[in-house]
Amino acid sequence: MAAAPLEPESSRVSFSWDFFWHGVLPPLIAAVPITLTLTVLAALGSAILSIPLSLCLGARSRWQRWPAQSYSLLLRGTPMLVQIYLIYYGLGSLVPREWMRHSWASPVLRDAFWYGLTALTLNETAYVAVILKTGLDGIDRGQQEAAQALGLSRTRTLTRILLPQAVRAVFPMLANELILLLKSTVLVSTITIFDVLGTANNLRFETLRVDEPLLGAACVYVVLVGLITLACAAVERRLRRPEA
Amino acid sequence: MSAWNAPLAGYGTQLLLGLIFTLQVALCSYTIGMVFGVLGAAAKLSRRRGLRLAAGLYTTLVRALPELLLVLLAFFLGAGLIERLLVFLRLASEDFSLNPFVVAVVALGFIQGAYLTEILRAAVLAIPRGQQEAARALNLPPLTYLGRIVAPQALRHALGGLGNIWLNATKDASLISVLGIFSDVLKVSSLAAAATKRYVFFYMVAGACFLALTLVSMALLEWLRRRLSLSRLA
Repeated sequence: MAAAPLEPESSRVSFSWDFFWHGVLPPLIAAVPITLTLTVLAALGSAILSIPLSLCLGARSRWQRWPAQSYSLLLRGTPMLVQIYLIYYGLGSLVPREWMRHSWASPVLRDAFWYGLTALTLNETAYVAVILKTGLDGIDRGQQEAAQALGLSRTRTLTRILLPQAVRAVFPMLANELILLLKSTVLVSTITIFDVLGTANNLRFETLRVDEPLLGAACVYVVLVGLITLACAAVERRLRRPEA
Repeated sequence: MSAWNAPLAGYGTQLLLGLIFTLQVALCSYTIGMVFGVLGAAAKLSRRRGLRLAAGLYTTLVRALPELLLVLLAFFLGAGLIERLLVFLRLASEDFSLNPFVVAVVALGFIQGAYLTEILRAAVLAIPRGQQEAARALNLPPLTYLGRIVAPQALRHALGGLGNIWLNATKDASLISVLGIFSDVLKVSSLAAAATKRYVFFYMVAGACFLALTLVSMALLEWLRRRLSLSRLA
C-alpha cells in the first residue's frame, strides 16, 4: 500500500515476505496432513454411513423414512459450528472424568481430534445421503426387479447394480461436496485442533502478526481445493461411460 | 426471573436478543450478497473480457476459500486496508474505524455473492435468446426489457437456488460468534453453557434457534414457490 507515509503511529507492521516464506508457510504445510486426514476420514465415514441413511430416506415404511428425514433435517438445518460445540463440549462434559483420565479410551476421549472428526462425519453423512438418494431415485425400478428375477441377493443388488450407477450419476455433486467438506474442516480449529487454520491462528497469537498467517492459510486452502478439483475431474473422466 | 426465563437460567432475554441479532446479520448479509450477486452475474454475462475475468476470479477464489477464513481475513486484513484507503483518499479522519457489524455483514455478503452470482447467471441464461431479439424488434428500452422480461423469469428459475443460499446465510451467521465481539445467539449460548456448565442443554438451545429459523424459512420459501409457480397463472 502506498498509504504507508500517512500511517499514524499505529502498531501495524508491514507485510514481511521473509516471515511469510520462512516463518509461516513451513508450519502451515506441516499442518496439511491434519486437514487432509480429517477430510479423508470424514469422507470415508460419511460414504459408509450415508448408504443406509439414503436407503431409509427412500424407504416405503414410515418408520424407516421418518427417523432418516429427521436426522437429515436436524443436521442440515443447524450450523456445523453448533454441532461441533455440542459434540466437543456437550458430549465431552457427559463422559465421566474417570474414563477420560484412566481408561483404555482416554487417549481418544481427551483428544479434540476425534470429537471434531465425529462432528464432521455426522454432518457430512446427512448431505451425502441426500445426494445419494437422488442418484438412487434416478435408476429404473425395472433393474431391481430384473436383479431379483436373476436371483441376486438384496445386498448384491445394492452393491453391484444400484450403488455403482447411483454414484456415477451423482459423482459431480459428490466431488463438490468433498470440496465443501474440506472447507468445513476449518471449523474444528475452534476446538483446539491444529489443522491449517488452527495453526495459522496459533501463529497469529504467538507472533501478533496477522497478515502473513491468514494469507498463508488462504494460499494453502486454494492449492488444496485446486488439487482436489483436478483429482475429481480425473476420476470423473474415468467414470464416464464410453458410449454416453 | 419470569416463568419462561427460569429454565434458561436467566439467559432467556439474552438468547432472544441474540437470535434477533443473528437474524439481522443473516438478512443484511443476504441483501448485500444479492448486490454482489447481481453485479457478479452482470459482469459474467458482460461482453467485456475484463469484467468477465474479474467476476470469474471473484467466484473461483471465494468458493475455494473456507468461509471462516474469509471472515477472519475481512476482519483482520480487509477492514484495515479499507480504513487506510479511506484515510489516504482523505474521505475519513485518521482515527476512523469501520463498524464491526458492517464488516461482518459485508464479509458474509461477499461470500454469498459468489454463490448467488452463479445462480443468477444460470437463471438468466435459461431465458431463451429469442426473447432478447423480440424485445429489440419491439423497440423495448433495455431497462424495461431487464425489469419486465428478464428479472421476473430469472427470479422464477433462480428461486430454488436463492432459497438454498438464504438457508446458508442463516447458518453462516453463526460464524461471527468465533470473533467474540458480537452477542449473537451462538455466542450467548456459549457464555451460558460455560457459566452454568450445562453444555448439552445450551448448545441444544442454540441448535433449536437455528433450526427454527430454517423451518420458518423453508415454509416461507415453499409458500413463495407456490405463489410464483406458473400453474397458478394457467
